[in-house]
Parts: sequence; structure tokens; C-alpha cells
Amino acid sequence: MKRAHGFYSVPYVLWLALFVIAPLVLIVYQSFFNISGQFTFDNYKLYLSSGTYLRMTLNSVWYALLITALTLLISYPTAYWLSQTKHKQLWLLLIILPTWINLLLKAYAFIGIFSQGGSVNRFLQFFGFGAHQLLFTNTSFILVAAYIEIPFMILPIFNAIDELKPSLLNASKDLGATNWQTFSKVVFPLTLDGVKAGVQAVFIPSLSLFMLTRLIGGNKVITLGTAIEEHFLVTQNWGMGSTIGVVLIIAMIAIMFLTGERKKRGR
Amino acid sequence: MKRLMSFLVAIGALCLLLFAGSRHLQQSQGLTSGNKVLTLYNWGDYIDPKLITKFQKETGYKVQVETFDSNEAMYTKIQQGGTNYDLAVPSEYMVQKMRKAHLLKPIDKSRVHGLTNIDKRFRNLAFDPENRYSIPYFWGTLGIIYNDQYVKPGAVQHWDDLWSPAYRNKIMLVDSSRDIMGMALLSQGHSVNTTDIAQLDAAKAKLDRLSPNVKAIVADEIKMYMAQNEAALAVTWSGEASEMMANNSHLHYVVPSEGSNLWFDNLVIPKTAKHYKAIYAFINFMLKPENAAQNAAYIGYATPNDPAKKLLPRSVVNDKAFYPDQTTLAHLQVYQDLGNRMVGIYNDKFLEFKMFKH
Repeated sequence: MKRAHGFYSVPYVLWLALFVIAPLVLIVYQSFFNISGQFTFDNYKLYLSSGTYLRMTLNSVWYALLITALTLLISYPTAYWLSQTKHKQLWLLLIILPTWINLLLKAYAFIGIFSQGGSVNRFLQFFGFGAHQLLFTNTSFILVAAYIEIPFMILPIFNAIDELKPSLLNASKDLGATNWQTFSKVVFPLTLDGVKAGVQAVFIPSLSLFMLTRLIGGNKVITLGTAIEEHFLVTQNWGMGSTIGVVLIIAMIAIMFLTGERKKRGR
Repeated sequence: MKRLMSFLVAIGALCLLLFAGSRHLQQSQGLTSGNKVLTLYNWGDYIDPKLITKFQKETGYKVQVETFDSNEAMYTKIQQGGTNYDLAVPSEYMVQKMRKAHLLKPIDKSRVHGLTNIDKRFRNLAFDPENRYSIPYFWGTLGIIYNDQYVKPGAVQHWDDLWSPAYRNKIMLVDSSRDIMGMALLSQGHSVNTTDIAQLDAAKAKLDRLSPNVKAIVADEIKMYMAQNEAALAVTWSGEASEMMANNSHLHYVVPSEGSNLWFDNLVIPKTAKHYKAIYAFINFMLKPENAAQNAAYIGYATPNDPAKKLLPRSVVNDKAFYPDQTTLAHLQVYQDLGNRMVGIYNDKFLEFKMFKH
């Protein structure tokens, strides 16, 4: 019986080995070679001793944090409101809809919206505020990134809230809790898993956004993704590119660990 | 289950039908008929399609065009093999790099007619002495494009003018380390091919001071932004500039007289080539003045073909922005392949400049 179960897992194990484990091993392996193909630890030494790369890492983490915070701020109330409305499925569909459109197309659309003669600026001018520089600012970068990531934050939170039993809320109110107390002591702790899943789904991809940094940020926002792209395509220094990749993977594992399920103690 | 099966069978039948259809179409166009083909590996939209039709009619060879969007992507594809490109169009530093990597076949001069049509100044250059491997296709410069609604005509003539506080947050730069580092090196009177770290550091420090004026560092999008009046100035290549100017009459292009980059895109025969008769027929076809002129009129880049220039309108050939005069031309510098390590250093400096916060 046990053998039969093992047999069914073959396709997935093969898949994992070929497309997850093997590339990871290759990246780690590649990161120990310099540009002329010699084995070395220099890539890591350079990474850890160069102000540029460390600042870039800090930038990446900082922007990912801002993007995550902004999406969370918008998504939690939205998800809460969604769970209370009729026609949940329709609203949900509308939120998921933008994810069916290619990321580049969405970025180009924002170029049209934010440009000097774009709709936002025309709107501002109409009300007498004059045209503003919107593209190539940190704000527009964070806004567009948040726009793209929002569905991935709303969905897990919505699922968590939707599963909440109304009887718990009623009990909380019956026992004399205020609305705020109900939210902070009952609703939020019970939906925390959804929030964690959302944070993972948003923070990790945000660390290495690179198309947006150029298209919307005008390369005024530089993240590790930019550096990886450059090392693989322009300088062909695959070793350094892989090193940055390894750093990102470690960062992701750290995030998973921090936001993951903990063993519940003392309960 | 039965429904699923019939569905799968239907899809399978459809695939088979499409495969047979496309096969049939290819055969009727002579694409699979062995030796009568030529595969051209070119930049996107970099040849007048009418010329291809003309070539096919004149010679009977069928041309297949495949495109790339960067020298590096092209290099990787040819190096990896598995392709059957007969001709490619790399830029000059890439010709040098491909030559070093033994990815090119020498050109048999006895089969080429009309090489003397190419301007003497553009033959026998350092990246390919005696044109053993390459024939210039188009050439151009790096320069400044400005919008006369925001910048007084004549106010910007030199690289140093870009550093003026008047252009705060108004300049766009191409996202290319060699070009932007090169611009700073030139403005300090150094060579664009310098390997002197002190000079590179000085150039990077100078670029940092440009930072408050830089609005964005972008790639192809620069064309769209400039055409839409998004920025007052941009540093870009002449070919891109001519395209922008076609879309916006307020734009003007200047090549700083103290020096700039001179670039070439060249026809080369990669090691993957197979159809030599077709290759030489095509090279000779493109060297003919009337064809070179037609191509230049369509693409808008400067042609290295001397007799072809006479066939182009006066207003085009006398435009100093695209066909600079002798004194400017004498100050232009051609990039050399500096090797991976040096290219890495240029890129690291450029990355540091991008990270610089004013």
C-alpha cells in the first residue's frame, strides 16, 4: 500500500527535482565562479564589502516593505467589506480581472495615465493645480507596484475573513466588547494567517521587481532585480548575478520563516 | 469520458491539419526548397521590406528575416548554435568580440562587388582591419536631442551644457553604460575606450553631479517620451533621434563638436551560415547605390554608401546632425571591445551613478 502511494508522487518529485532543485543548485554553483570561470568566493566578498550592493539590498527591502504596507492597508478593509457584501463572487471577479492582463501592458497603460499630457495631469490642470511630474517618482513606482500586487493580498485575507464564524462575532458583542475590541481581539487574530499569506505573496515578488523600476521609476529606483538583469544580459558576469540571486533566495526563506506557521506554545 | 475523448481527438485532428497547411504554404513559397533561401538575422524594422521583395524577384532567393533587440542577445544565440543564420547585423564592438570568439567567417572579397562604394573613412577601421569580416550597413552618432518648446535653439551645443542648473530634472538618458560613461569621459577630454580607473572614477563623479538634472534613465521608451513632450532633452543615438523627429517637429538633434561616439552596424557572416551564393548576392544587392539609398530613405539612418548619398535628397545629406561635417567627424570615436572584465567595471560605475541620490 505504501509503495503505491510513493509511485503516485513520482511526477511531482521529478518536476521538483528538474525545475526547482536543479536550478537552485545551479545558481548556488554558478555564484562561486568569477567572470573568467575560476572558482572563487570573491563574488560574496564583493557583495558584502561593496556599499553599492548593500545599499541596493536596503533599497529593495525598503521598497518591498512600503509596497507591502500600502497593499495591506488597502486590502484588509477591502477584504472585510467584501465579506459583508452581497454578490461576493462578482466583486471578487472584478478584483481578479486585472491579473489576467499582461504586466507590461499594465505598466504601459500607467505611462499613459501619469505622463505630462496624461489623464491625471489633465484632471489636475482642469482644477487649476497645474501639471506635475508624476512619472519617474518613488510615489508612482510604489503606487503602480501596489496596484499590481493588490489582488494577491486581498484573496488570502478575504478567504480568512470569509471563514470566520458569525457566531464568534455575536458572542464577542454579547459579552460586551466594543467594535474595536471585537476587531482587535477576535477578528484580526483569527485572520492573521490570511494576512501572513498575503504578505508573503506580495513582499517576495516586490523584492526583485525590475521592469517597473525602469518603466515607471525611470531607473531612479534601483533594486536587486535591476542588478541581476544587468549581470546576466549586459556584463555577462553570471557569477555575480547568481550571487545576488542567492542573497534574494536567502531573504525569501527568512521571510517565509518569519511569517510562517509557528508552533503554538502554551495554549 | 467519451466526450473528453472526442474532444481530444478533435484537437489532435486540428493540429495535424494546421501543420499540414503551414507545411504546404512554406513549400509553395519555396521556404523549404534547399538552397534558394537566405536567413537574415537583423534588428527589428531595420530594412525596407520593399527591398526584400525586390531582391527575391531579382535573384529568386527567398529571404527569411529574424530579429533581435540587442547585440548581446544576438551574440548568445549565435554562440549557442542550433540556428542557421546566413547574415547578421552586429554593431562594431560586437564584430570585434565575435571575431575574437571565432564566430565569424571571413568575407571573400573576390565575390563582393561595390565595396568601394563604401566611404573611404568608414572602411578599414580598427574593429575590423581591411574589412575582413564586416561590411558597414548603417552608421550614426550619439548626441543630444532637444525640444525647442523648452530649450532655446542653439543653447545646447556641448556635453557640458547638460550640466547647467537650468535643466534640473529635464534630461533623459539612454540606459547604456558605455554610452553614458562615454559621454562623461568625452566631456573631460578622455577616450571612450579608456581603461584607466582614475579616469573612470572622475567620469563617474562628474555623472553624479548630473544626477539632479536627470529625469529618467530609460531604453526604447525614450522615443515615445520625447515624441510626447515628456522631457526637454535626451541623450540618444542618431537613428532613434531621426525616428523621434519624424513624430514631433519640435525636436532637434545635435552632435557635440568636441567629440562623440561613432557607431556602425555591419553585415557579417556568422559561423552558422550555409547559403553562400545567396549571401554574396544579398551583400552585392545591398551595396548597389540605388538600393542603399532606398534603405536609408526608409530607415532614416546615415548610409556609408557614397554614391547612394548622391541619390538622397539634398536636405537629408546636408543635415549636419545626421551627416556631420569633417571637423566633427574627426572627433568621433568608435567603441572597442574592452573584454568582459572592463565592461563589468564600466557597468558597475554606471550602476553606482544610477544609485546616487542627490
